Amino acid sequence: MSNRQEVLLTGAGGQGLILASIILAEAAVNDNKNVVQTQSYGPEARGGASMAGVIIDVDTIEYPKVTKPSVLLCMNQASFNKYIPKVEESCIIIVDSTFVSGSYREDYKITALPITQAAREQLGREVVANMLALGAINAATGLVDREIFRESIFKLAPKGSGELNQQAFDLGYRLFNEGMGQNLGISSQTPQ
Amino acid sequence: MAETKPVLMQGNEACAEGAISAGVRFYAGYPITPSTEVAELMAAKLPELGGVFIQMEDEIASMAAVIGASIGGMRTLTASSGPGFSLKQENIGYAIMAEIPCVIVNVQRMGPSTGVPTAPAQGDVMQTRWGTHGDHPIIVFSPASVYETFYLTIAAVNLSQKLRQPVIMLLDEVIGHMREKVLIPEAGKLLVEKSSDNVPADWKPYDEKGLTPLVPFGFGHYYHVTGLFHDQYGFPTGDPPQVERALDRIHGKLEKYRDEIVLTNYIGHKEPRVVIIAYGCTVRSARAVVKKAYWQNRLPVGLLSLQTLWPFPDKEVAAIAKQADVIIVPEMNMGQIVGEVERYACGNAEIVPLNRYDGEMISPDQISELLGRWL
Repeated sequence: MSNRQEVLLTGAGGQGLILASIILAEAAVNDNKNVVQTQSYGPEARGGASMAGVIIDVDTIEYPKVTKPSVLLCMNQASFNKYIPKVEESCIIIVDSTFVSGSYREDYKITALPITQAAREQLGREVVANMLALGAINAATGLVDREIFRESIFKLAPKGSGELNQQAFDLGYRLFNEGMGQNLGISSQTPQ
Repeated sequence: MAETKPVLMQGNEACAEGAISAGVRFYAGYPITPSTEVAELMAAKLPELGGVFIQMEDEIASMAAVIGASIGGMRTLTASSGPGFSLKQENIGYAIMAEIPCVIVNVQRMGPSTGVPTAPAQGDVMQTRWGTHGDHPIIVFSPASVYETFYLTIAAVNLSQKLRQPVIMLLDEVIGHMREKVLIPEAGKLLVEKSSDNVPADWKPYDEKGLTPLVPFGFGHYYHVTGLFHDQYGFPTGDPPQVERALDRIHGKLEKYRDEIVLTNYIGHKEPRVVIIAYGCTVRSARAVVKKAYWQNRLPVGLLSLQTLWPFPDKEVAAIAKQADVIIVPEMNMGQIVGEVERYACGNAEIVPLNRYDGEMISPDQISELLGRWL
């Protein structure tokens, strides 16, 4: 695998995916990597499809758009249906099982985690689901140094919500690791 | 902003930061996707710096306000996208004629008309050249990265002041909205040219002898400002020799400083067989191709990227056409710059357009595929 890591965050407008992509990009810059962040969305602020891409590389990044995602996050059913056929089997796929229902194709590495549900039930705030998703992604990939990531979240989160967002990020780690431990929601052919 | 440390920055932000670094303290505009972030950042920053941000009732008024502030001695900026840029044309012509410096940002989106607001395109290239009527000169820069956006905006402000000439920053949605890692130099390390320090005693606003600095209104010199052809004091004239001289004057200053204005960059093989000529975000796809084809596989391929679109880099294109057999011109429109390339290639190379106009970027694969025909 090359050094170029392409992360695609997909879902509905209002789920905070573009902000999540900016925070991931900022964290990668703070971790001394080259980064390009792009986004695509409709004219509406909520609802509609939202997609953000982050490319992380040690080399200079020329073409700024994601073409072969190495990580895919799907935060709703529509994005799951749309993007799954477009990724390769080696892609790490994380889906929010709060909104995306199986069954999942077995030839893909799909990790289904109740991202939004956990944010709501364990932290009392659905809006931090995006940071929880980032935690799960980083747990799965180790894209950015965890401490640098946490600091970047604190810096970029709206005033007064830094700690809550960090908690969400940590919860994402926990969810992913527990999921791996219990083989929860992971498609059967995922290597153990 | 103070230290030279890598930061994550958006193209539109870099445009606003560049303008502020170059001394712009007045912004008037009417927000429009995908240029809105320029206005947002100027609104947040200018008041702290003692500057002025005005959201006007529309783009026509925004352009007028910018011209007024410039005559008053401020460095000015306005930003828009296709639909708003269309509205600014009449006043851009006025600024060119009256030789009032200003920088106009157009972050292109898919057109014509309101088109697809969030989709990228490069359809306004000819509009930047001929959007306003009459035989006018214009300077247009087209950055291909966030960093280029930053320093070309500074160059735009400087040149605009020095030549008393409107300059257009032609971004596309991809460059305007993408964020990337950049190293921004400290404020003191930037070349920001001061304009009107040396005002000769016999200063005339439109001196026949050549370029004169703009002396702001209310600073001790009486003069007249008009969109009509005017004499060296700014008063209207229809006298044929004076009309001809006035038009030669506004064109002549760009010709004189041509080499400062026209910026291009070549990477790749020294004796290329196939050259890609690109600008804006398309440079990124082309560079990915050349990196692979030349740096990895040593194929006779090169890329001439155009930071300046107008005045058109005629000499540079003519020279490359003599070396190459084939020139590929990828553009996110139905073919605009390709006509100019053909004009200056003078039949010395085969010119092959590659056009995409579905609201998506041209991918490296598309260029590679075409390139493969000659290699």
